[in-house]
Amino acid sequence: MSAALEFSKRPKIISSLNDSLLMIKRSSMHIIRNTDQLIGTFFQPIMFLVLFTAVFNAVGLALPDGINYIGFLMAGIVVQTVAFGSTTTAIAVCNDLQKGIIDRFRSLPMASSAVLTGHVVSDVFRNTISTIVLLLAGLLFGFRPNASIVDWVAIAAIIVLFTLTFSWLSAILGVLAKSVEGVQWMSFLVVFPLTFASGAFAPTETLASWLKPFAENQPITHVIEAIRSLMIGTPAGNHVWLAMVWCLAILLISVPIATYLFRKKTTT
Amino acid sequence: MPNKRTAITVKNLKKSYGKNEVLKGINLQVERGTMLALLGPNGAGKTTTVRILSTLLKYNSGSVTIEGHDLATHPDDVRNVIGLTGQSAAVDEMLTGRENLVMMGQLYRLTKSSAKARAEELLERFDLIDAAGRPLKTYSGGMRRRLDLAVSLIATPPIIFLDEPTTGLDPRSRIAMWEIITQLKQAGTTILLTTQYLEEADQLADKIIVIDGGKVIAEGTAKELKSKIGNDRLEVTFANAKAYSTAEKELENDLVERNNKEFTLTILIKDTDKDVERVLQRIHAAKLKISAMAIHKPTLDDVFLSVTGKTKKGKK
Repeated sequence: MSAALEFSKRPKIISSLNDSLLMIKRSSMHIIRNTDQLIGTFFQPIMFLVLFTAVFNAVGLALPDGINYIGFLMAGIVVQTVAFGSTTTAIAVCNDLQKGIIDRFRSLPMASSAVLTGHVVSDVFRNTISTIVLLLAGLLFGFRPNASIVDWVAIAAIIVLFTLTFSWLSAILGVLAKSVEGVQWMSFLVVFPLTFASGAFAPTETLASWLKPFAENQPITHVIEAIRSLMIGTPAGNHVWLAMVWCLAILLISVPIATYLFRKKTTT
Repeated sequence: MPNKRTAITVKNLKKSYGKNEVLKGINLQVERGTMLALLGPNGAGKTTTVRILSTLLKYNSGSVTIEGHDLATHPDDVRNVIGLTGQSAAVDEMLTGRENLVMMGQLYRLTKSSAKARAEELLERFDLIDAAGRPLKTYSGGMRRRLDLAVSLIATPPIIFLDEPTTGLDPRSRIAMWEIITQLKQAGTTILLTTQYLEEADQLADKIIVIDGGKVIAEGTAKELKSKIGNDRLEVTFANAKAYSTAEKELENDLVERNNKEFTLTILIKDTDKDVERVLQRIHAAKLKISAMAIHKPTLDDVFLSVTGKTKKGKK
């Protein structure tokens, strides 16, 4: 005999929030159970750290006084790792859209955009883990930050904001893409140039003259320089607030666009 | 006029993609607690209809009322009273069976404890209790389909849409699915089922609507349709020429086909219960030896042959 069912009678806004929490739990579960991806999450940033330090140390870049290369590199590699990590949202969204499960969610009395929130937020979790692993590995390889507790809080805030921004952009990519392979190529083509044409691996002054104006003013450079100044005390300039403004602006545009495109795609 | 007994009313439903008209004005009505089968070949518009009724697709014109809720203006109210089992299993591959059920239950607005209790009940009922803790990647096709149906039932919606629930299943899984669907119906759930198999519609549904090319081309009970379509045929092969020719004379009035090379006679059956017995008794009484016997049910092809009047090529 079936037991009487109990329905929760919460206001709509609370149950929408609960939908998002359930979707965050779902996406986080995916991350934990996808062992291959999880191993990548840990080792890819360490690999980059080791390779870049080994290669560029030998080249001998003109760095600000009193700064070693790994100290300079750390901010860049953190941002690059997070940017690449955020593209997992695109893959997850694209995957969902190609499977029957999206029909299930659409036929339920839930806020369907919670699916996107789930992937984005779980991506933030994963990127946080990657960043911590990276920082610990950095310490082993000679990274000596001089940030205060307040600086670290600011660094964490900027990284989380940056991840959120990139993940929501990535969600748009995931909705638009026709296949998972397509998503991988598209995100590679976006993230690679953006992170290299920045101050991530070398001071922007050393870049080719045609690239310099772009590299000096693009948002990723601001994010990197903001984190770098907080970590090792390079000149902060306007970078911290410019990084915040860029991220918030992109976020404010990309969230509604992603949600709109997602709704449109799931109701033809 | 729709009344309190009507669960689903669809009037002149039209849907097109650009110039391609997929639904050309579907009308149907499903009474509470009954099962309607939408029968038709691939591309007839069955899935499109179900996707519209389950709020997944927008439609161009017409009106749809489900449990008194207007689909166009109150899709959220409709979602509260329906469950959908689609063609591709709409479940999460990375989660276990139990996790899927509990999550979907909560998304249906069940409390967590209620969702958990209900999940256990459904796992038990659908024979999935042993596999409940395993990720879905390890499930067979039949198990996946059962879980999918269980998920649709988690909040006991009064209306269930089943879009080709047995397509691609092996015979045993298909029969298990039929049993589950029959139980659902007995429990009073209103069901709209789509199928390509006449046999399935016949076994399960109270009423059948045949659609083709986005239009309803016939409707009625299985019995009504069958009498329109033509009947079962009994094919008897005799052991030798003598038995064959004696039987040919004996059964002359009932014969629709004869094959004197293979000694096979085909007899039209109007009432399976009585007619088969009558024919066999006559064969038995005349002491005629038979070597093989088979009953041929009318197929979907026969339905179309009959209701569309099209002649099908490549068939004798």
